[in-house]
Amino acid sequence: MASNSNSSERQRIAQQRLRIIAAHLHKHEDGNSGIIAKECKIDATGSTEENKGTVPRKRQEIMKWNGWGYSDSKFLFNKKGQAEFTGKRYRLSGMTLPSLQDWFENTFGASVKHKSPATPVLNVSAVPPPRLNEAFVENLKATGIPFSNEAEDRVFRAHGHCLHEIFALREGKTFERVPDMVVWPNCHNDVVKIVELACKHNVCLIPYGGGTSVTSALECPPEETRCIVSLDTSQMNRILWIDEKNLVAHVEAGIIGQDLERLLNERGYCTGHEPDSMEFSSLGGWVATRASGMKKNVYGNIEDLVIHIKAVTPRGVMEKSCQGPRMSTGPDIHHFILGSEGTLGVVTEVTMKIRPIPEYQKYGSVVFPNFEAGVACLREVAKQRCAPASIRLMDNKQFHFGHALKPQVSSIFTHFVEGLKKFYITKLKGFDPHQLVVATLLFEGDRERVLQHEKQVYDIAATFGGLAAGEDNGQRGYILTFVIAYLRDLGMDYCVVAESFETSVPWDRVLDLCQNVKERIIRECREKGVQFQPLTSCRVTQTYDSGACVYFYFAFNYRGLVDPVHTYQQVEHAAREEILANGGSLSHHHGVGKLRKEWMKDSISKVGVGMLKSVKEYVDPENIFGNRNLL
Amino acid sequence: MDILEERRRSSDLGHALRTFTPSPYRGTPPLSAGALNRKVLESQYLRYVTKEVAMETGESVDLVREEASGILEEMSQNLQLGFIRLLGFTLSKVFKRLFSHININQEGLNRLQQAIQESPVILMPNHRSYVDFLVLSYILFTYDLPIPVIAAGIPLMDMKMVGEVLRRSGAFFIRRAIGSDKLYWAVLSEYVKTIVRTGYAPVEFFVEGLRSRTLKSLTPKLGMMHMVLEPFFKGEVYDITLVPISISYDRVLEESLLAHELLGVPKPRETTMGLLKARRVLEEDYGSMHVYFGMPLSVRQLTKGRVDRCEYNLLPRDLPQRPSVETQECVSWLAQQVVRIQEQSSILSPWSLMACLVLQDHQDADPAGEEHEKGLSWELLTQRTLWLKGLAISFGAHLDWPEQLPENQVMSSSMALHRSVIRCHQGRVTLLEEEGPVGAEPFTTEEGVVRRARPVLMVAAYRNQALHVFIRPAMLALAVHTVQSSQREDIYSYFRFLLDLFSNDFIFITGRSSQDFEEACSLLRKCGAVQTSQQEVT
Repeated sequence: MASNSNSSERQRIAQQRLRIIAAHLHKHEDGNSGIIAKECKIDATGSTEENKGTVPRKRQEIMKWNGWGYSDSKFLFNKKGQAEFTGKRYRLSGMTLPSLQDWFENTFGASVKHKSPATPVLNVSAVPPPRLNEAFVENLKATGIPFSNEAEDRVFRAHGHCLHEIFALREGKTFERVPDMVVWPNCHNDVVKIVELACKHNVCLIPYGGGTSVTSALECPPEETRCIVSLDTSQMNRILWIDEKNLVAHVEAGIIGQDLERLLNERGYCTGHEPDSMEFSSLGGWVATRASGMKKNVYGNIEDLVIHIKAVTPRGVMEKSCQGPRMSTGPDIHHFILGSEGTLGVVTEVTMKIRPIPEYQKYGSVVFPNFEAGVACLREVAKQRCAPASIRLMDNKQFHFGHALKPQVSSIFTHFVEGLKKFYITKLKGFDPHQLVVATLLFEGDRERVLQHEKQVYDIAATFGGLAAGEDNGQRGYILTFVIAYLRDLGMDYCVVAESFETSVPWDRVLDLCQNVKERIIRECREKGVQFQPLTSCRVTQTYDSGACVYFYFAFNYRGLVDPVHTYQQVEHAAREEILANGGSLSHHHGVGKLRKEWMKDSISKVGVGMLKSVKEYVDPENIFGNRNLL
Repeated sequence: MDILEERRRSSDLGHALRTFTPSPYRGTPPLSAGALNRKVLESQYLRYVTKEVAMETGESVDLVREEASGILEEMSQNLQLGFIRLLGFTLSKVFKRLFSHININQEGLNRLQQAIQESPVILMPNHRSYVDFLVLSYILFTYDLPIPVIAAGIPLMDMKMVGEVLRRSGAFFIRRAIGSDKLYWAVLSEYVKTIVRTGYAPVEFFVEGLRSRTLKSLTPKLGMMHMVLEPFFKGEVYDITLVPISISYDRVLEESLLAHELLGVPKPRETTMGLLKARRVLEEDYGSMHVYFGMPLSVRQLTKGRVDRCEYNLLPRDLPQRPSVETQECVSWLAQQVVRIQEQSSILSPWSLMACLVLQDHQDADPAGEEHEKGLSWELLTQRTLWLKGLAISFGAHLDWPEQLPENQVMSSSMALHRSVIRCHQGRVTLLEEEGPVGAEPFTTEEGVVRRARPVLMVAAYRNQALHVFIRPAMLALAVHTVQSSQREDIYSYFRFLLDLFSNDFIFITGRSSQDFEEACSLLRKCGAVQTSQQEVT
């Protein structure tokens, strides 16, 4: 059976929103050509036109200022001590999760009695006053581009979602340096004007897309003495045209993932680019960090999806002259921008591939007796090049974690079935519950082929001792993806800090790397005086011909520590060193930011760094894009 | 703690048949010899080298594979618990006859037990006697720890029965002088690395490579060292623990054999018959044996900042890779470190101290002196020995000197233990010449030299055991004496020259000369021989 409920729900929300803006959208449609074109809405600036994107200028109106995601959605332990997820947005919303508390307390040695609540509101008076460049402000006013220097707006854009950033906000500490003002360009031309003015008045620009960075990329360099302007691209969120003959769409780069997919779905298309952060992260951000989507096996990573990039740099606008699907015209200039992390300019518009929405989607899961068997199976799947749209292998810890997140089920029958399944796997098949791991699968395509494909993958899995474990388990794995970020906030309410990090590594080193990194984390925690056993967990989230992407979760109870964030940072640093020593990369898709700068030279060689520096030197000699990421 | 004491009280058979349930690293189940060999033969690494060798020699791959399989056959251990039990029983009997005590440090064993849980362990004893071979297995068996796999020289394998017994007790055999035999190296290193990677049993090897004939520590050999460390460098294991072990004997079983070998008499081939004939050594008293399990060393910690494991990132881990210069230096440094720790934790017997003095006197004495003037007076020996004892203790040596007994008695019982080379007659202590076969009175001058030299060398060997305690201060003293200056710098540079000069004779850790110098200064200062200041040493 197809489990389309997730995407259909998305469609439901989409339709609701769409009703409001339908007229606006269809006004421009040219039914015959199959091409929809839009002009820059510069004239609309300052008008009362309703913002059709999910993200308003005042992000804090719908999103948490000191945590992940929407203000209305959060985990909490209710009076009965049961965990529940508030709000209405997610499948898990409004449900109670009876086993989460036990899992939480047992895993971390934490207790729901030991609360560490966050500061409720931002202390505006503690925010450093804006250092405005008056001439710049005057000129900007003349353009009519909206801007703000209110403390809430500025602080919201002074950080990403690194642990130390969120922790500081919760503690009521403000950052040493925050942007002095925020501007909201509405289109490419607005950005051109802003960059010109910034160059003229020597103002520092920091592009801001979805704000989901986990590499300290959005932090303002404390040593920056110029006025810092956060360039928020969220209002550049339109699909400018769709080319149905070539299956490409031209999109403003500020659009966030969920809006892009929703709008394309309305037209019967999708990009298929679904990073875990897609609810909030933006197209421009994907390009700037070389993002990777869950379904890259079918659709490709961002660099495979992009056909054309328009970027505004202090030297002017950089773009290619045509949309040829591949070119031999020297080194690909797109690759200067892909991964540039906002150091060279702002991505304003992107032409990217689109696909018809797949006819059929099916989740699945396979249980393996241990992690080794699971990795061997994924390797074989990669070897035979038959990976489903998504295939992920969770280790035993995550398997148990997934179970702790099972919502309360009313039906006794469901319990009974679950019990039977458990009995079958552990007793009859002799799987050790403390060893077994689960792979989650997502197949896409036409029905016939999906079923064929499914059989092929399950057959391979069987040769590695894998047992098919149903669609539910598979789907739950993917739902978890979107709510796991919310769970960190719950942990922080009870003295538990958590973070994730990723790498990519050749196949033959996957197991050793996972083992050594976990071991390193555990030992470092012990050495640094962490008094409770940390949670270390990993999953293989992407497969490639020659290797895989591995994602680690790491959390510990910090009670008894003087400076938990510092301890956390030391351990993460050690873990990254371990990754590198085991042949893993500095990053698969999170990027470098400022968090991992120190390893760049070793990662890409001195000459490599020199090449990047010389590009920066040419494109932005005055360091207008001065976020100091990467180099 | 004396493990023989327990054996004297309870049944050896019971000991041999005790339940043995060691808990190895990560609970790895034991790997059968066959499974291990298959793993080695099927490894990517060996396949690669096999193909390479086939290309070079023009032989068929199958033939080379067969050759590799033959090498493996010859090499591999076949550890079987039954044989360990048999061995346990036999060794209980033998050890009780040979030694009055086998002292081990309990806390060291506890540390070892802990280490075995945490990472693959390499046992690194010094090598003074054939007895070293199995004593560790015996101890580990007694304390319910996993039986080690032991690297042994191939001559032992050729002994009838004994070779097989050793093999089944966990010994694997390495040819001497492997040279550039690529296939052999490949088989050996893959074999060793596979054991380390799986971690089901500790690997035991003698980093000095062979028995020290002079009882001095030998400069370490690095081949095995590289093999056991590579799994860590390549990230195949989280860490590797090296456990330096010091085995000290009051009297070494082969003492006379060693002296003969030093004089150029060829080492008798190791044969089973020879071993049986050597039964008479069982009838003598060899005093105590001391086994000191040193502090486990984490390779990860020690190599931090010295080895960049990233150097292994760009080549497939299955292919042979020459380690970088830094890594090679680091491995050599680690090996020196281990040997130095072995030295520092070895137990000195009173006899070692006495040997220093007896020899000193022997060198000073005029060989043509009057018969009754020969030798050293007992009083003088006692007096000097006690002085040396004080010095050794203040220099940090571990001395096995039973304080509850009167000094005289300690010394004379030490002498009694070594009565084959020394005696005290009418208050004078003299070395004995080796007695020729009865009735074979006339002997050649050569034989005469050998007979006179033998006791000197034997005593010298025991003296050598103590040298490491004094060598650094001695070098400093020599430097101060030689350099006509009290400038710290001049003395230090001469000191360094001396360390260099004697780098093959003693263990000086590369790059540690300034610490060695400071250490020497402080020791000599302690005994009042020098004064030091910022600039000067006088």
